[in-house]
Amino acid sequence: MADVLTVLALLLVAVAATAAVAVRDPARQALVLAVLGLALAVLFTVLQAPDVALSQLAVGSALTPLLILLSVRKVRRRGQREDGGR
Amino acid sequence: MSVLPYLVAGWIFLAGCYGIATSRHLVHAVGCLAVCQSSTYVLLLAVGYRDGGTAPVHSDLAPGSRPVVDPVVQALALTDVVVGATVTALLLALVMQVAKRHGTVDPDELSELRG
Amino acid sequence: MSRRLRMWVLAVGGLGVAALLAAAALRLPGFGGDDHPYGERAVEASLARRTSNTIASVNFDQRAFDTLGEETILFAAVLGTVVLLRQTRDERQVRPAPERVAAPVRRYALVMLPVALLTGLYVIAHGQLSPGGGFQGGVVVATALHLLYIGADYRALERIRPVGLYEVGDAAGEAAYLILGVAGLVGGSAFLANTLLPYGTFNTLASGGTVPLLNAAVGMEVACAVVVLLARFLDQAVEIERSTGSGNDRGE
Repeated sequence: MADVLTVLALLLVAVAATAAVAVRDPARQALVLAVLGLALAVLFTVLQAPDVALSQLAVGSALTPLLILLSVRKVRRRGQREDGGR
Repeated sequence: MSVLPYLVAGWIFLAGCYGIATSRHLVHAVGCLAVCQSSTYVLLLAVGYRDGGTAPVHSDLAPGSRPVVDPVVQALALTDVVVGATVTALLLALVMQVAKRHGTVDPDELSELRG
Repeated sequence: MSRRLRMWVLAVGGLGVAALLAAAALRLPGFGGDDHPYGERAVEASLARRTSNTIASVNFDQRAFDTLGEETILFAAVLGTVVLLRQTRDERQVRPAPERVAAPVRRYALVMLPVALLTGLYVIAHGQLSPGGGFQGGVVVATALHLLYIGADYRALERIRPVGLYEVGDAAGEAAYLILGVAGLVGGSAFLANTLLPYGTFNTLASGGTVPLLNAAVGMEVACAVVVLLARFLDQAVEIERSTGSGNDRGE
């Protein structure tokens, strides 16, 4: 039972990571990274590492995507003004 | 089964590297670096896992009553998750500076500007 | 380097690394194996010092010096971000206009805020007993404060978040960690050695000697660091504009 869960969580993480790389738009990538953070938290819980899971949940699914979204917003605003809306 | 987690960690690392090398947007590249980072956590925790083990927290577990997984690798991964996020923030700040100074965040255009 | 050449270099390097990783994976001890010499010693040492969460014991006692290094990386990264994202001479601040927030969103955010804040503080305080600790709880506390931005608006957030104070808090957390380390030295043993305080009763809040104190210092530093980081990023994304620009839109 635990084995099945581990394999499932591992595959979920692998798929989410591949998707995070394949999505080219950074704003969308931030959302996929949040999903990856969640998948990693599940995997770490299955691997009996609640401390790391907690940390990954707080950082990976909230903080990192938020920082990326804010930077995208800043970079876009600048880009839009300088070459008339891209 | 016994090597699958290690191979998954390797796959995540290589996927992240591919993303960084082919990225057309610096913010996207930073995101791919975060993917690379997460592969190290998967590898570390996979090395420390023990079949039938439980979390090494003894607040509700009589010491010695059950096998526990390796706490050392967990401690390593735990601190790096948070510290890695702040380093990501530093890189994103650098990207914002690049956008301010050069008006573009495409690595290819940036190297054309320089040369 | 042309794009084509770069793809070739990437392919060769990637395949090489993949082959080496696969070869290494086959020689690693199998997943789920029973041989963890370091882990067993760490558990013994943690129980000897009456810290029930072995991971907290590894982080703040057995490998406390390593955590000092990690903490310093965090501190330096925040310092670098603050320096990089300061307002330059050709930029000006635009006050974001207050905006109406949908009533359910406001209600939910304002109910969640104290709950999330309390959860974060609990996670920090119980780091040496149950899963959690300064690193995780600090992030939870800091992100909880930003529910106010979702529930009310940016000005309300700015009112409860004097960034200067949080910067001082960040430095104070780092300093407290160092001072606790030096206290170990002055107390007659080694830097950051856990010999200063009695180990207390197993499984109570005050157990583990200096572990709870170092844990609290890290919690304070991480919480303040994340607040400062988010403040700088929000400033850039919402408020700071180049002087020639106009428009005052608000964050999503």
